[in-house]
Amino acid sequence: MSTPSRNPNGREIRFSQAINEALAEEMRRDPTVFIIGEDIAEAGTPFKILKGLVEEFGTDRVIDTPISEPGFCGIAVGAAMTGMRPVVDIMFGDFLTLALDQIANQAAKVHYMSGGKLKVPIVFRTNMGATRRSAAQHSQSLHAWPSHIPGLKVAMPSTNYDAKGLLKTAIRDDNPIVIFEDKMMYQAMGYVPEEEYTIPFGVADIKRVGEDITLVATSSMVQVALQAAEMLAEIGLSAEVVDPRTMVPLDRETLIQSAKKTSRAIVIDEGHQSYGVSAELASVIADGAFYYLDAPVKRMGAMDVPVPFSPALEDITVPTPEKVLEMAKALCGRV
Amino acid sequence: MEKEKLQSLYYEMVLVRRLEEKSANLYQQGRIGGFLHLYIGQEAVGSGVIAARQAKDRVITAYRDHGVAISCGMEPKVVFAELLGKETGCSKGRGGSMHLADVKLNFWGGHAIVGAHLPLAAGMALADKYRGSDAATLCMFGDGATNIGYFHEALNLSMVWKLPVLWVCENNQYGMGTSVERASAVSEIRQKASCYGMPSERVDGMDVLQVYNATQKALEHVRKEGPFLLEALTYRYRGHSMGDPERYRAIDEIEKWRKDDPIGIFREKLLADLGFSELTLDEEELRAENVIEEAVQFAEASPDPASETLFDYLYVE
Repeated sequence: MSTPSRNPNGREIRFSQAINEALAEEMRRDPTVFIIGEDIAEAGTPFKILKGLVEEFGTDRVIDTPISEPGFCGIAVGAAMTGMRPVVDIMFGDFLTLALDQIANQAAKVHYMSGGKLKVPIVFRTNMGATRRSAAQHSQSLHAWPSHIPGLKVAMPSTNYDAKGLLKTAIRDDNPIVIFEDKMMYQAMGYVPEEEYTIPFGVADIKRVGEDITLVATSSMVQVALQAAEMLAEIGLSAEVVDPRTMVPLDRETLIQSAKKTSRAIVIDEGHQSYGVSAELASVIADGAFYYLDAPVKRMGAMDVPVPFSPALEDITVPTPEKVLEMAKALCGRV
Repeated sequence: MEKEKLQSLYYEMVLVRRLEEKSANLYQQGRIGGFLHLYIGQEAVGSGVIAARQAKDRVITAYRDHGVAISCGMEPKVVFAELLGKETGCSKGRGGSMHLADVKLNFWGGHAIVGAHLPLAAGMALADKYRGSDAATLCMFGDGATNIGYFHEALNLSMVWKLPVLWVCENNQYGMGTSVERASAVSEIRQKASCYGMPSERVDGMDVLQVYNATQKALEHVRKEGPFLLEALTYRYRGHSMGDPERYRAIDEIEKWRKDDPIGIFREKLLADLGFSELTLDEEELRAENVIEEAVQFAEASPDPASETLFDYLYVE
């Protein structure tokens, strides 16, 4: 399963527009879909992703809330329990801290602890990613948290194509889902077809085929990995870039098969390195491809430090193509 | 209220009392594990409130949910089966005491994070309003829940959006082991509604007919105008949950409240003012006892969930 390559006849749109289209299409298709969050109707969110939606769908379906995450997330969960399909806008991933009771204790549990009688078809859209000079309370990548909770599904689109297709799938899914978008990607241009499509959860995407080393990367780290792969190609090393796309469900098999083929793997993820997603993905590969590996599975995450404001410090904390290049060279014995 | 309904209300309150007494026994015998929060003393609130709802109205409550479930029409046998963790329980043994639920009864569950179900109730009301239904959502919670942010966010939003929610505070005067005076800046909970410009009323929660009448009136307001906070002053005779040593209150306080027993008050009224005979009421009591005995037998004879079903209901397929 691979992203269609850039289509010469296709159109390029911004990442934010891909999300906007997914929402508009699903809202046109299904009257139970509505959006709720802070400053989403009048202001169109700080990232202007939702521009134009309130004009088309009205304030009954694009609902501005007060700054009240525990309240409006709970309201969305309650509405979902009755059969509505809310898409909740959590303005910054850091505010998951405020919403996590509703996500982890209510949304994730209701179906199971009612013996299947209740369900919560809901999508929490939020973001992640540093290097926006937003300091420690607006820069975190907390996708490991919902990924740790059985009952939730978690998606992390890395391209405009994936962002639209995964969001449409999420809205149609009957389970609670958290989608993380990297806020540095909202302005990025990318190929998105005109015609209708969805992308299934639990299917990894090989973003670049290679032979010598596997780079498993999530969200914006996919671009970092692709740039590193270009640099590696210049020194004669062929890197395969694998994007799991969804943390839950996780396409273990594609990760394992790629590592078996290349015999080396690095996992690159923007969450803090300790106790995070990179550890889980590395463990999957180490377990599944052990006898095929020529080197230990390596990881590269954000440093275990609050994200500093100072650009001079902030930029050090996240993986870069240069750092990936160095690690890959070392792993391939090219130091 | 017509005679038949009065009689069934009496039966229901006795049924809840017997169910809770039996649950306590089973717990003490080690046959029910985990938490067990008994409704004994508060029966008039659940019964009075729910007697006033229409079938289309949703009910949602906290973890002290057995009585509310029964009032919503849940059969005692599925309650006991759930308490014993059996496959035949209302939640197939996955929920337990604090998570009884049955959508078919428009009973949206017991929820065990204090305050967290208040925004759920507001969300259900939002959905009903969106669909153009005139159903109301009845959300029951304790006095302890009014000190957490959820209460204030949910009341505020329900008022901003004029959602059809009846907020019912069962003020049993203790949040776990801390008295309402020690925990809340105002001990008359209804006053908190005024912060949001919401109408409110305080009612004697030991008198089922007062609760019923106040709820009916409040629901009329909810359907026409929007949210309303009804505070029912009540008392739980037992601890917060089983195993609570109750060092925080004196025996004579409990005894004083027992004199105002909701079932006793109602029985006296039925006999003195409403033309019921001792025999009729005794028969209802006996009927309740028999139902409870049979329910326990059903639950005990029911199978445990099979281990291969552990992951069932984790995700909707």
